[in-house]
This record gives sequence, structure tokens and C-alpha cells, in this order.
Amino acid sequence: MRKIVKKKDGIHLDRRTFLKGAALGLAGTALPLNKAEASFWETFFQKHFREMNDAEIKQVLSRLEREYEEKYKKAIKVGNEKAIPGVLFGYGLDLSRCIGCRKCVYACVEENNQSKDPQLHWITVLRFKKGEKWIYLEESERYYNPAEVPEKEYFYMPVQCQQCENPPCVRVCPTQATWKDPDGIVVIDYNWCIGCRYCMAACPYGARRFNWAEPGRKPEEINPQTHYLGNRPRIKGVVEKCTFCIQRTRNGRYPACVEVCPTGARKFGNLLDPKSEIRYAIEHKRVFRLKEDLHTNPKFYYFFA
Amino acid sequence: MEEQNKAAWLLCFIAFLTVVFSSARIHAEEQDMSKKYFVPPPPFSPGIFPCSQCHQGMPVNKRPRVLKDMHLDITLKHMPGGWCFDCHNPDNRDKLRLTNGTLVSFEESYKLCGQCHGTVLRDWKAGLHGKRTGMWNGEKQYRLCVHCHWPHEPRFKPIKPLPPPVSPTEIK
Repeated sequence: MRKIVKKKDGIHLDRRTFLKGAALGLAGTALPLNKAEASFWETFFQKHFREMNDAEIKQVLSRLEREYEEKYKKAIKVGNEKAIPGVLFGYGLDLSRCIGCRKCVYACVEENNQSKDPQLHWITVLRFKKGEKWIYLEESERYYNPAEVPEKEYFYMPVQCQQCENPPCVRVCPTQATWKDPDGIVVIDYNWCIGCRYCMAACPYGARRFNWAEPGRKPEEINPQTHYLGNRPRIKGVVEKCTFCIQRTRNGRYPACVEVCPTGARKFGNLLDPKSEIRYAIEHKRVFRLKEDLHTNPKFYYFFA
Repeated sequence: MEEQNKAAWLLCFIAFLTVVFSSARIHAEEQDMSKKYFVPPPPFSPGIFPCSQCHQGMPVNKRPRVLKDMHLDITLKHMPGGWCFDCHNPDNRDKLRLTNGTLVSFEESYKLCGQCHGTVLRDWKAGLHGKRTGMWNGEKQYRLCVHCHWPHEPRFKPIKPLPPPVSPTEIK
């Protein structure tokens, strides 16, 4: 039987031939025609980050660097420093020293390439009234704006990702786009995030933030030292959060918020190193963790020195 | 009797050895500190150091009084009843003086502060009090007490906070 029949009123073809042809034609229009589309398909078929070998990751990183250079017209390094063996990061925050100046909030934005318009912050500083109802979150104030801090009647408590050992956000992610790395940092692969925001609902600390719009940031404000799982430029529709400045700390540096704090209230170190300052704080000071009763086991310790 | 005496002497000797060794260890730690705690130079007002450039040959007036000609920016709001020579050394102004008479340089002024604020000094050495920068697993930069607390009026000055976050209702 002939598949294509030429008749007076036009060409007739059977259904199967038509469908085959249509499929081929569609594929043809979508085939990579130029470089940008090639990178689109590479992104589309990218494997899960933890299933890639080093060579594949290297390819992904160079592709991203190419894309970012095109977009921001400047060289941006996308790193992939792995977790250092024998390291479990812990964070300490001295509540008796914090004055609520919000320097950490804005240093974090500078370091981690968050969107400035619309505004997106990873750290929230809560203000509490001194008194009987102590850390009563429902009565906390995050929009306080006095002429000078600290105020006599209040104390301050910055909250950011607590890097839980038992992170509820990781368990609910339907695409496994977020996970806990061996050094205890909970990371997000923005290429795998589908923006369902389950993790935001699961997080008891309100630490995760969503890009409702295309992140707005001038190219000259982009910090070019980035990490794939950390501060590389994000896209619309993905979730992000504090990573203990993964691009700094995996290279031995302190997080940006630690370096900027004017009162030295923020402490950082290796929980497995008995000589680290964070271990000293845990062993010698009054320490608590936020919402300990939820068994999330945070590695963010609030203390009083 | 003889045996008991011997035992007592032995005990004394051991105690003596312990004291000698522990003090030697403490001394070594002190020596070590200036190497271990890399501190930036003290925050002098420009042109004020060395103090001896003016004080050299000037008669020492140890009487507490209100200063009228120099150091007008200093009002002592630290340690009620205190006076310059509680910390500064009258005979060699380029040094500070501990209460036991030891002279220390301005780079080691934390020793002077630690005489009263011992627990704070302990936390500072451990890296808990005050700001440290550098590497969490390597070389750290300490700051002297006086980098954050002006010694003549040590209480932290209030500062203006950075702007509060935009409320979600105002994000378009």
C-alpha cells in the first residue's frame, strides 16, 4: 500500500505517516541551531548534581560561566569546592552582644548575590521586648527602625538557616534538589529546583526565600567569586537560603556576616575540632538552639557570654 | 620518725617542682601569646605617639585634676575615681604599667585590661569575646580591646541601624 497518494484535490497520506512526519518536523524546529540553544539542551538534560562525575560537573560549570558572562558581561567564576573531610560547620551567635544593627543582613546580600529589586534577604533580625515572655516569636518585630540601636527595652536575635542535622526541608523536596552535604551545609541545586516551595512550608525557621521575579541586580554589583551550590546568580522561580557562605568557608574563610559584625557577636568554626571557638562556646557558655523541641538538631547555637 | 621526715621532704620537693614547672608553662604561654594573637597596631590618634615626644623632660604632676591644655577629648568615664596613672606609666610615657609595676607596651594593652576584666580576657583569648577575622582553620586576626572600646570611655556607642526589610505588601 502506498503511503502518500497524490489526488486531484491534493496530497493524501495515512494517519501514521502524518504523525511520524509531524514528530520529526517538531523535533527539527526544536533542534539546537545556535550556541545559546545548545546550552539550553545541555541544561535540559543535565543529570542530578550528585550523580555527575567530576568531568560532567566541570562541563556544567564551564557552561554556566559562559552563560553568566553573556548575561552580565563580566567573568564570573563558578566553583565546586567539595566538603573538607573531618569538618562539621557550626555557628554561634552571642545574644548578649548583638545590637541589632543589621550589618550582617546587608553584608550577606553583597556576598551572596541576592536580588536587590525585588528585595531578598537571607538574614532576618528579630527584636524582642525584654521581660517575662522571653523569646516569644509571635511578638517579635522585624521592621523595627529606631534612630539608634541598641534600644534599652529590647534585645535582638538574628535568624537565618540553622543548617539542621535533621533538615525537614530536605525530606519534603520532591526532586531532591536540596540535600545536606558532608560538612553539614544544607545546599540547593538551583537547576533542579522546580519552585514548588514545599521546603519553605517545611522549614520551621522561615529561612528559605523564593525568587518570585527575575532577580534584579546590576552586573557591577555581582560578586564574581561563586559556588555552584551557593551564591551563583539565580533565576526566577527557585528557592534560596543561607549556605554559611559555602564559597568562603570551604576555602577556610569566615562567612561574610561573621567578618562584618561590629560587636563580634557571631562565631564560626568546626564542631569536630575541640579547640575551635564554637566548641569553646558550647562547652563554657549558656547555649540554646531555636525550636529545639522539633528535633531538627540545628547547628546554629545561640549563647550568652 | 626518720621515715616520716623523708616522706615530708619528698612531698615538699614534688610540690616545689610542680610550682616551678607550672609557672614556667604559664610564662611560656605568655611569651607565646604575642606571636599567636596577631593584633593590628593600636588605634592611636594621629601624631600622638610616641608620648615621650611631648612628655620627655616635662615634670610629672601626679595630682588628679581637670586637664586644660591637652587631651581635652578625654573625659574619664571608666572606673570611678580613676586617674591617668592607674594605667599610664608616669616615668616612661611610651609604656603602660600594670598594678604590679610591670611595664607593658601599647601592643599588649590587653594584659592591662585583663587585670580587672579577667573573664573577658579569658574569652578573648579563646576567640569568643570580640571580633576575629581571617581563617576559621588558620591564621586569625585579633583586635585589641581598645580597637572596639575606647579605654577612657569603654561603653559601646549606639549606632544607626541599616534600613528594615521591605514588607511583602510593598513588593510589586
